[in-house]
Amino acid sequence: MDLAQIVLIVMWAGVTLYALLAGADFGAGAWDLLAGRSREGMPRREFIERAIGPVWEANHVWLIFVLVVLWTGFSGVFAAVMSTLYIPLTLAALGIIARGTAFAFRKAARKLWQQRLFGGAFALSSVLTPYFFGAVAGGIASGRVPPGLARGSIFTSWLNPTSALGGVLAVLVCVYLAGAYLCGDATQGGRPDLAEWFRVRALAAAAVIGVVALGGIAILWWDARPLYEGLTHRALPVLLASVVFGAASLVLLWYRLYSLVRAAAMLGVITILWGWPLAQYPVMLPPALTYRQAAAEMSVLAATIIVIAVGVLLIVPSMAWLISVQRRGLRGGEPPP
Amino acid sequence: MGTWQWAAGLVTGPASPEDLIAARTQMALSLGWHIILACLGVGMPTLMVLIEWRGLRTGDEAYRRLALQWAKAIGVLFAAGAVSGTILSFELGLLWPAMMGMYGQVIGLPFAAEGVAFFIEAIFLGIYLYTWNRVSPKAHLLAGLPVAISGALSAFLVVCANAWMNTPVGFTAAGGRVRQVSPWRAMFNPAVPHETLHMIVAAFMVAGFLVAGVYAMGMLRGNTDRRHRLGFVVPFTLAAAFTPIQIIVGDYSGKSIHELQPAKLAAAEALFRTQAGAPLSIGGFVSGDRLHYSIEVPKALSLLAGGSFDTVVQGLDRVPRADRAPVGIVHFAFDLMVSMAFALLLLSAWFAWSWWRRRDLPRSRWFLRFAALSGVAAVVATEAGWTVTEVGRQPWTVYGHMRTADAVNPAPGLWAGFALVLLVYLVLTVVILYVLRLLRTERPVAPQEPEELPQARAR
Repeated sequence: MDLAQIVLIVMWAGVTLYALLAGADFGAGAWDLLAGRSREGMPRREFIERAIGPVWEANHVWLIFVLVVLWTGFSGVFAAVMSTLYIPLTLAALGIIARGTAFAFRKAARKLWQQRLFGGAFALSSVLTPYFFGAVAGGIASGRVPPGLARGSIFTSWLNPTSALGGVLAVLVCVYLAGAYLCGDATQGGRPDLAEWFRVRALAAAAVIGVVALGGIAILWWDARPLYEGLTHRALPVLLASVVFGAASLVLLWYRLYSLVRAAAMLGVITILWGWPLAQYPVMLPPALTYRQAAAEMSVLAATIIVIAVGVLLIVPSMAWLISVQRRGLRGGEPPP
Repeated sequence: MGTWQWAAGLVTGPASPEDLIAARTQMALSLGWHIILACLGVGMPTLMVLIEWRGLRTGDEAYRRLALQWAKAIGVLFAAGAVSGTILSFELGLLWPAMMGMYGQVIGLPFAAEGVAFFIEAIFLGIYLYTWNRVSPKAHLLAGLPVAISGALSAFLVVCANAWMNTPVGFTAAGGRVRQVSPWRAMFNPAVPHETLHMIVAAFMVAGFLVAGVYAMGMLRGNTDRRHRLGFVVPFTLAAAFTPIQIIVGDYSGKSIHELQPAKLAAAEALFRTQAGAPLSIGGFVSGDRLHYSIEVPKALSLLAGGSFDTVVQGLDRVPRADRAPVGIVHFAFDLMVSMAFALLLLSAWFAWSWWRRRDLPRSRWFLRFAALSGVAAVVATEAGWTVTEVGRQPWTVYGHMRTADAVNPAPGLWAGFALVLLVYLVLTVVILYVLRLLRTERPVAPQEPEELPQARAR
């Protein structure tokens, strides 16, 4: 285990947390889009808002964390990705702003047309942002981002079959994750009618994911052969595990075992996310740049690990306190004034 | 494919000088906007803890109600700050990939540490808002302390990174690559002490004067109840106390820049000729290699920069023409910053005099009018100060090592991104002001807050 590997793993853990937490928030925004007309969708939208309100800001910290670790530990990769893929990344950044703004504003808006407008902006940016992140991943994975500054095509690097697959899968996974969480939240919140509404649609989303993933195998074989090879050889156990977890969460959803659904859906997403780096390891920027060539000097990697370790020691107990405080709030106790 | 390529050519074409201007303007806009929020994020938690502590001491309910209202405002501003901070970390890569590709590993450390501080601030702000009436008042006050401390720490760490761009150390550059990186040395570079101190004090002033200004406006409208008075006096006292300190810190900064970046001081003072007994020039405009119509205080610059009348102050004649900052802008920004600081000093003195004589605010309505504008003045001074720092460093991004023109993303079409970002920031500004106005109705609106019954998602 060398220092560069540790930093790589820590960074990917950050990506995973971002997907599990903020990804679900994006998905909740997509559910908002599917919630139906203003009148009948109102209780669903209010519920979605209540579920993600307290957490969605904090969940974005993980994105900043990933960016900082990437530019510190692997400066050249950061520069290559950012300069070649600056169009989808700019659009993703704008999507994040539009989403936060619309969400805050809708909470404060009183007129129906205002709520519709901001709700629309919130929902639309919730779908577009994960799509662009998925497209970025597809561009990197299919070897369209060469090292160096803006060496790749600024268009085809994210407008290609693998990027389209990555984008669509990212959106669907966010939707499914959010659906799984919301079913559990609605049951705990004593709204079985809402839980049922989410459940049926989450089942449909899961079916679509299955179809897209199967089609995706063909796309990767045709468009990103090295990735396909890695996924079907070295990363095969992880890939199979993601299928197992996905199928398990589907069955659990069918039988309405919501607390287990949440865990199975999370594990499914984690395995999908770790399958990709495992498939192309040790290459960081396909086709040829390895993580070792891209890594910063030892002194930098060591300092980064120290800072992150200290950070974890400080953050974990405080986070635990916050969660326990909120749990106590859930079990009763008077609301804040 | 023909049509496609033709369409692509419309949006793009090769990267141009206009793209560089677009990138610089976009960065300036995002940073300038973020700095205001950052100042509030650093200063307001301290105000909040201060006023809650006063409430504990006096048992006065008005203090506690103010603390809650400020905590909600911090919640809104913090959310907006988190979004604009995300955008900034994107922009560092999207606009300046050449700088990040080469030097990212050298200045990554303070950013990583800042991430930790920011996270802790977010967590404890959540705890603070959530435990409002649920724990003992003492414990609640303690939960507010980490919010205030980590806010100030965030400012310190980010400014460390900026200080490094002014005094880059902790690496050796060879053949387009950096080697022998010592990240801790880079983080604690020579410009850190004066830059961080100057910025943190500025943040307290901006937060204090802005918050006080809101209540001053309320008082001008005739709301002179106890809550408005307290909401004015506590922040204004804090900011007024920091004003003379800031002027001393500013003087120390000037002396440091004289040592570390003489070319920047020369641009700020529009001093074209290297000389002993250099004058302090106030106002005027630059054309050619001369400063016209300025008020000169003889030998004052030498005294301020080096502590004696015969200190030799380096002028722009020692700086090659291609390495000069835009003198007119830097000089104007410097004078603007200093004049705002002294205007705030006068206002603070007025307040101190009246408080010392009568234990009360000045009776004049003019005092309230000026106080209502004091927050704007503090913001203008901060923005002008950053203009001196950043524009005064030009044409370098990493001082003496990498030019801004070489740091920019070579991809074409950056102006389109700038247009989009401009639009977004306009909308964001409107939203924040609207939500903050709603706060006066005392409805819970901070995104971290529960509505009626907290239904937080257990994760």
